[in-house]
Amino acid sequence: MRDVAVVGANMLKFGRYPDKDVVTLASEAAIAALKDAGVSIRDVEIVVSGNLYQSNAMIGQRIMKEIGATGVPVINVSNACATGSTAFREAWMSVASGAYDVALAVGSEQMGKMGLLGGGGAGDRAYSTEGVMGTGLMPGVFGQAGVEHMRKYGTTQAQFAKVAVKNHEHGVHNPYAQYQKETPLEEVLNARVVSWPNTLYMCCPTGDGAAAVVLMSADKAKQYTTKPVWVGASVLTSDPYSERNPTMFDINTLTKNAAKEAYAKAGIGPEDLSQVELHDCFATAEILHYENLMLCGEGEAGKLIDEGATKIGGRIPVNASGGLLSKGHPLGATGVANIVEIVWHLRDEAGARQVEGSKVGLAHVIGLGSACTINILKK
Amino acid sequence: MTQEAAAPTKKPLLPFIRVPDNFPAEDAYLWGVKCAGCGTQFLGERTACGKCGSTGPFNEVRFSDEGEIYVFSVVHQSAPGIETPYVGAIVDIKDGPAVRANVDGLDPEQPSTSWFGKKVKAYGHKVATDRDGNEVIAVRFKVV
Repeated sequence: MRDVAVVGANMLKFGRYPDKDVVTLASEAAIAALKDAGVSIRDVEIVVSGNLYQSNAMIGQRIMKEIGATGVPVINVSNACATGSTAFREAWMSVASGAYDVALAVGSEQMGKMGLLGGGGAGDRAYSTEGVMGTGLMPGVFGQAGVEHMRKYGTTQAQFAKVAVKNHEHGVHNPYAQYQKETPLEEVLNARVVSWPNTLYMCCPTGDGAAAVVLMSADKAKQYTTKPVWVGASVLTSDPYSERNPTMFDINTLTKNAAKEAYAKAGIGPEDLSQVELHDCFATAEILHYENLMLCGEGEAGKLIDEGATKIGGRIPVNASGGLLSKGHPLGATGVANIVEIVWHLRDEAGARQVEGSKVGLAHVIGLGSACTINILKK
Repeated sequence: MTQEAAAPTKKPLLPFIRVPDNFPAEDAYLWGVKCAGCGTQFLGERTACGKCGSTGPFNEVRFSDEGEIYVFSVVHQSAPGIETPYVGAIVDIKDGPAVRANVDGLDPEQPSTSWFGKKVKAYGHKVATDRDGNEVIAVRFKVV
């Protein structure tokens, strides 16, 4: 595999765009990333588009019709919440393999106010399994995942809640976040319960958004930038057999597998990371992933959040962007956006939330069902 | 043209629930298969073993109505039309696989780590009547 650099990166502020369609959002992000790279759509040799809810609508080709239909290969990707990051990985492979020199990855989603609960009702049937045979909706699933950590390690609801406090503190400094509001611990714990132990502020908002990156081979990158961000590793895993999966989704094993593989491929260890953007769709998930990504030992995640080690300025800042809890989670856009965030930090362009001297960043996403991506980016 | 309506029957909510003809005199139960290759048990039928990849044979197993709570969440906000709050648990069936289930007999306002490992017992109950007039039967658990 050849070395690949991210040369252009940009995103739209996540939120609600009721007056625009998803192709417009994706096109705006793509143009912003191309502009950042200093190239035009005519320089792009392959395009990978990630979109989940409209995965059958040829969003990638429609973006090209909007911004310049050059006739290059276009791939549409769908992989649950890891849709955008899988699109990034496909674009990376296209260049790393030597087949192409310039690739564009775009992630987009328009969810409106449907929420993560949108798909769980009885629909046109007279009955549903939800609430009758337990719960399969995301808030319940990630509630159970947190409760499993409580059972194994004695983690408390307050420790999970501290994730929301920290990420919302970070989010205040991110102009691209859907919400820029602090939520003190009392407020998080006293908010209405969505699915215990997660309260409202421990659940990410849904919305609309788009993000895009331009990837290039090393030779090409040197023509366009003096600040390339290198892809140290791009890893995708699925969930291997485990005892209770899929009755109870196992979000840990595939993340652990991806982390081990990513560290090995990048030739680094977790101690070499400057920062991490991880998939905090619910506050409980972040605690689990501290251990899965080996930011601390097994069973030590509660202590890690208690010590403030994952705050900006701490030993290993996690979700300097404010995480999905602040930033929002437009599914197909999410995985590209967290790469954009790491790129901004590595270029020292992250403004008030900048992780000082950031040299190596890890972007993690998990899509239930399940797919896990880990991308390690470095200066 | 009129059609003779089929006599209403009792049908399971999910394929791995079995509802005896004389339900509720005989209770509904969970069933599945055991891989002859590696011994892994699954709810319902299999095309092949999700653990070892073996294509069989699979021996049918009637699972116990006894189990214990592995973990849970208390769902307070759900999709439209679904009554809340409810305890959505992962129940480890005695000598069997895990199953998603509602558990009765716990106070949803007081979730507690003391619920881990609590013994529960399965029972079938009607959850709906479908468009054809069939009674739809699910299995839930109650604290023993």
